[in-house]
Amino acid sequence: MPFVKPITTALAGAALCATATTATARDNVQIAGSSTVLPYASIVAEAFGENFDFPTPVVESGGSSAGLKRFCEGVGENSIDIANASRAIREREIKVCTENGVSEIIEVRIGYDGIVFASDINGDAFAFTPSDWFLALSDTVLVDGVLAENPHTTWDQVNPSLPARTIRAFVPGTKHGTREVFEDKVILAGCEATGAFDALMAAAEGDEKARKKAAESACIALRTDGVSVDIDGDYTETLARINATKDAIGVFGLAFYENNTGTLQVATMSGVTPSTETISTGEYPVSRPLFFYVKAAHIGVIPGLKEYAGFFVSDEIAGPDGPLAEYGLVSDPELAATQSAVAEEQTLDADM
Amino acid sequence: MTGLAAPTPAPTPSPRPGRAALLAADPRTRKRNAAERRFRFCGVMAISIGLLFLVVLLAAIVSKGAGAFRQTFIALEVELREDTLDKNGNRAPEDIAKASTFAYAPLLGDALLAAIRDNGITTELQTRKEIKPLLSASAAAQVRDFVIANPERIGETVAFSVLAASRVDGYLKGRVSRDSVARSKNMDARHLDLIDALRDAGVVEKRFNPAFITGTDASEARPEQAGIGAAMLGSFFMMLVVLLLSLPIGVAASIYLEEFAPRNRLTDFIEINIANLAAVPSIVFGILGLAVFIRFAHLPQSAPLVGGLTLALMTLPTIVISTRASLTAVPPSIRDAALALGASKMQAVFHHTLPLAMPGILTGAIIGLAQALGETAPLLLIGMVGFIASTHPDGLASGFLDPNSAMPAQIYEWAKRADPAYYERAWGGIILLMLFLAAMNITAILLRRRFERRW
Repeated sequence: MPFVKPITTALAGAALCATATTATARDNVQIAGSSTVLPYASIVAEAFGENFDFPTPVVESGGSSAGLKRFCEGVGENSIDIANASRAIREREIKVCTENGVSEIIEVRIGYDGIVFASDINGDAFAFTPSDWFLALSDTVLVDGVLAENPHTTWDQVNPSLPARTIRAFVPGTKHGTREVFEDKVILAGCEATGAFDALMAAAEGDEKARKKAAESACIALRTDGVSVDIDGDYTETLARINATKDAIGVFGLAFYENNTGTLQVATMSGVTPSTETISTGEYPVSRPLFFYVKAAHIGVIPGLKEYAGFFVSDEIAGPDGPLAEYGLVSDPELAATQSAVAEEQTLDADM
Repeated sequence: MTGLAAPTPAPTPSPRPGRAALLAADPRTRKRNAAERRFRFCGVMAISIGLLFLVVLLAAIVSKGAGAFRQTFIALEVELREDTLDKNGNRAPEDIAKASTFAYAPLLGDALLAAIRDNGITTELQTRKEIKPLLSASAAAQVRDFVIANPERIGETVAFSVLAASRVDGYLKGRVSRDSVARSKNMDARHLDLIDALRDAGVVEKRFNPAFITGTDASEARPEQAGIGAAMLGSFFMMLVVLLLSLPIGVAASIYLEEFAPRNRLTDFIEINIANLAAVPSIVFGILGLAVFIRFAHLPQSAPLVGGLTLALMTLPTIVISTRASLTAVPPSIRDAALALGASKMQAVFHHTLPLAMPGILTGAIIGLAQALGETAPLLLIGMVGFIASTHPDGLASGFLDPNSAMPAQIYEWAKRADPAYYERAWGGIILLMLFLAAMNITAILLRRRFERRW
């Protein structure tokens, strides 16, 4: 029976491996979450592995929500230690966490990420305001003071100072954290600035709060006639679409744009050119904070966890001259406060 | 009867008027010949179009990916200053380890400034901060590792060959142009002039980079350091699991089905389902792997063991089908002869049929493995894509269980990254993957050629 032996050995091997996982203690930090934070986390993990005696942390992507979901699954070696997120943790998620025994969470803000609008390098230059984007992409806008379906087809109809180009935009899909920022800081801002928000609120029914909510969701509803295209993939996909459709505008992260200045030109927003400087001073309006969340219960159990968190927010890494800023992160002016919060293991509950 | 014995003489063909002789083709023959010529032409065209696509594809891959195998290095004489690296002067390993890579960066900056001075290059870039964009962030780690391994060399000036930053490499490879640098915030035309001068002086040179094949993945800040070695090991351990599981199970299953199992509705049903499984899209196996191995059995995520188990499920039907085909191809006379001489059924199978079917079985197994090696979709779901394979596995258990990537997953990961330098590495990875696949397929062909028997 020459074939029975390999089967049994293979099965025995598999069984052995399965038992081995539960038996051996984990000695590396495990991180998952936002694909926006992934490059920063991997830069830090790399430098951490080089400079400390701890093994290099394991970094995975998968999105902010997926990362926080895994983070909240429970305490123990089989759950991750750190969740990266491109948005703050939600009440609902904290509740799930607490139910599963993850009651002590340290929130660490690592800096800010700018969101930029860029087009093909050889095309026209654009100077936008949030109102332009609202008028170009929303499905209902004010036409002569009356709410109507968006009639605009070229940028100069939206704003006479813009070039006479067909409106075509590649925006991040709804599963991206970037989409939320785009809706909040650009479309909603434009909605309010053009007066459509008040008109929508007047048209809605219910009490004050319900009407406000209805107006908000009506504002951020984008047109579905093919002018605005949702990109569910990465920025590389948006870049490929722009290479194929020369007059289109894409939404990118600042870091991505800065790595691709050879093919993209960036548009200004309300007259401000996006850069790490203008974002940190708050002049450039479209930005968001980036976070990672540390499971306090794992500190002391998983070697290197606290050291990693401290190293991440140290001046030489997250400071304005560190490698993260070089890659495109806008460093946090209040970094010192974050550093002491990490050192003291300040959990979310403590400051609530 | 006599009528049959004396056949009527065959009617002699009388040439019809207007009909040509044998040597000249009649219209019908010409038509048939033309049809054949057309068919042959179509065949040749089909093959040439196929070859053309192949050549275009290979040319594109090689032209885009060949650059990944060469990298730009900077030769530096680094002074390992005692006052920064070993402040206590006692050469104690723990004191030396305290000096982080940030302490080493200025030494490298000074070394590069010295190299610029020694070669008589005039440039406006005079400070460490200004020339920093030329050096890879990995250089400091390289020097630090050297110092920790050789503490006795502190105080000396040691020659290093460190990686240049990916922008420098991109400039020498033609990816970064003066136009694009003008809009970059870390580099400008002065840096490019300096690179040109350093290259003429022989300080900066582009050469073969074995670390691309053996190294690990790197972060997005230093594409110049990234290699596919760790992912290659991940693929290797996965293939080991696939081979150990699917070959014995697949071969045993098909021997039983083909030689021992009774022909009834049940075996027919199993047979149809195996054929169906072979046609199931690979992503379905990924979902199965996620549900069974990770969610239910709690095996670690991103581990090559889980990847291998998932891919083994996918490879099994391929192996079963090819094994059954090669078992059927063994003539029944071989079995009959063995049985007639008194062999038991099992002896007939294992001593005679199986050895003769072996080349076909191995070919099927190798092709199944090659298919599994290039598969990305199932790996997406078990967390092997999007993972930064930054360490080599140490030892067998770690190879199977520690999170790792696989070659196609690594290529996909690189193609997604922001820095265009990673794009080149993705193509380079494709070249390596194709070499592996070609090697496996050639082995399959050689095995078949060498051992195949015809009856």
